[in-house]
Amino acid sequence: MAAIPDRSAHQHSELLTVRDLKTQLHTRRGTVKAVDGVSFSVRSGRSLGIVGETGSGKSMTAYSIMRLLPARTARIVSGAIHYATADGDVVDIAGLQPFGVRMRRLRGREIALIFQDSLSALNPVHTIGFQIAENLRNNTALTRSEVKDRAAELLAEVGMSAPQRRIRQFPHELSGGMRQRALIAIALAAQPRLLIADEPTTALDVTVEAQILQLITGLQKHHGMGLILITHDMGVIAQTVDAVAVMYLGDIIEYGDVSTIFARPQHPYTVKLLESIIELGSRGKELQPIEGSIPDPTTLNPGCKFYSRCPLRKQKAEGNEPPLIEVEPDHFVKCYRFDGSDY
Amino acid sequence: MKRDILFRVEALSTYFPIRKGIFRRVAGHVRAVDGVDLTVARGETLGLVGESGCGKTTLGRSLLRLVETTSGRILYRLDGRMRGIDELSRAQMRRFRSQAQIVFQNPYSSLNPTKTVSQTLDEPLRVFGMKVRHRRQERIAELLQAVNLRPEYMTRYPHQFSGGQRQRIALARSLTVDPIFLLCDEPVSALDVSVQTQVLNLLREIQRERGLTMVFIAHDLKVVEYMSDVVAVMYLGRIVERFPADALSRTVHPYTRALIAAIPVADPARRGAKTILTGEVPDPANPPRGCRFHPRCPLRQAILSGRVQADAQRCVEEEPQWRHVAPGHHAACHHYEHGR
Repeated sequence: MAAIPDRSAHQHSELLTVRDLKTQLHTRRGTVKAVDGVSFSVRSGRSLGIVGETGSGKSMTAYSIMRLLPARTARIVSGAIHYATADGDVVDIAGLQPFGVRMRRLRGREIALIFQDSLSALNPVHTIGFQIAENLRNNTALTRSEVKDRAAELLAEVGMSAPQRRIRQFPHELSGGMRQRALIAIALAAQPRLLIADEPTTALDVTVEAQILQLITGLQKHHGMGLILITHDMGVIAQTVDAVAVMYLGDIIEYGDVSTIFARPQHPYTVKLLESIIELGSRGKELQPIEGSIPDPTTLNPGCKFYSRCPLRKQKAEGNEPPLIEVEPDHFVKCYRFDGSDY
Repeated sequence: MKRDILFRVEALSTYFPIRKGIFRRVAGHVRAVDGVDLTVARGETLGLVGESGCGKTTLGRSLLRLVETTSGRILYRLDGRMRGIDELSRAQMRRFRSQAQIVFQNPYSSLNPTKTVSQTLDEPLRVFGMKVRHRRQERIAELLQAVNLRPEYMTRYPHQFSGGQRQRIALARSLTVDPIFLLCDEPVSALDVSVQTQVLNLLREIQRERGLTMVFIAHDLKVVEYMSDVVAVMYLGRIVERFPADALSRTVHPYTRALIAAIPVADPARRGAKTILTGEVPDPANPPRGCRFHPRCPLRQAILSGRVQADAQRCVEEEPQWRHVAPGHHAACHHYEHGR
């Protein structure tokens, strides 16, 4: 896949630059190209949304960046993940040992991940306070008494009432929304510069979801962090991020500014997805769904991955992988419809 | 036009005991459904919406007598007469069971993984009286076509299908007995967004073709609006507002308004500050006094900061009764007109 061109003028401000990343999963049923050559970048203070359905590779992209892939079954095959550290160095995360000193130092201090499932992400046998303190002890120079105060401060910052009492509570004593807040507090403890949130609100009720999204974006702006928000929900994307990457079966098939993608979607998948999602006021309309279902990722044919379901498919896309084409400034689409050919 | 009633629910409560200690002593009750009145008209789809723990699933299961209710009555029109579903004779209960069917949330656990599609669909056909084997096979093929699956799929096992296909098999199973009532409990929330619309459209089509009466349960108000004729919003075991689905924009209950406001709109041009509900749903074992929504209610907050603070006291002391908003539209709120 063609890389998204470097805009050299901005290059110094990129926090994270992913280039042609390929991650494979080895399952009993065969090899899955979970991430199949994706490129994107995130700047400090900016947010990127990665949106996709089951099997699109959005979470695998996050785990590749964090180097938290399951060691026995998943592997980064090629590509680079350049991260600009606070000291001004640029490290290629893809080349580090997943559990070596350098990667461990990046995790938590520089890059933090908020998981979807707060119940399994938190340790059930330790208090919330202990789990925040653990991150503070490992990644900051605070003294013991400072750690305790800071833990309570962090809980207050993520909007938890009575933080002095909360630090003594265990995960099971908290509601789903409160656990998600605790998880955010842990992630923020060492003041990371890049925050990755993997479906942070999927398990939550809609009124609590709105609270948590507001919290995450508020904190991101306040601390000037880069943010990668992973979700399957186009509504969440529209409401929270600056730029969007739409993923389908391991590919970024469309990439651009959030307002551009929603105003002028170009890839047939994005277009159909936006047409088929149910919104308030859809009543009385007959929404046209995307035909078929997501193909089995272990037996994919070469070429455009959306070919089998595409209403506008071109013959050329069968067997040939489409290039990533810049259809307007900063708006990229991976589709043969835009290469100027007739078929 | 007089509505032909299929279900009538009167003052229904369904509590679950909370047991504690080594003697499993009953320490209290989760009031999952706590005083619900409801009617479902024939041929109509009633959408039941609310957040987790509001009692929507328990209410649905109470309708089908899949859980024991605590008090109140559920009447069902059987053989032309309204009858209490806990007073049915064995034969009547059998007829009720074949008329009222359910589609569950998770098609990964609701289908038996050791049975082929054909075996799964064959059992209800046999049990409800279709004795000739090749007739049943024909019927299974018809049913699969009705849910847009190829009849050849009959010999396959559930694991060979995607989530959307499995949900269509589950739907085909519920249609085997030619039901007149279908309870759909979060039928698409486990599915990918591109597949949700497929399954919902199929459900709408089947509902229309067969004139089914449906209760459609979901936490997603967008989906409920898409599917329903009438919507009931639940909060902590109570219905707080009921309205015709096309009156969604004219709803008045502060909880309904908050649910609508919380939905992330798929339009970046419509971002901006919105009133987000604070706090979380209280413990249903110990619901707040008065109006159950009062601790989180933005309308009450507004009243408290206004001139007539005595009005806010009413929310704490008095349970709101049904109030008429418009034809077919009722809200259980003391002060909804202040929110307009």
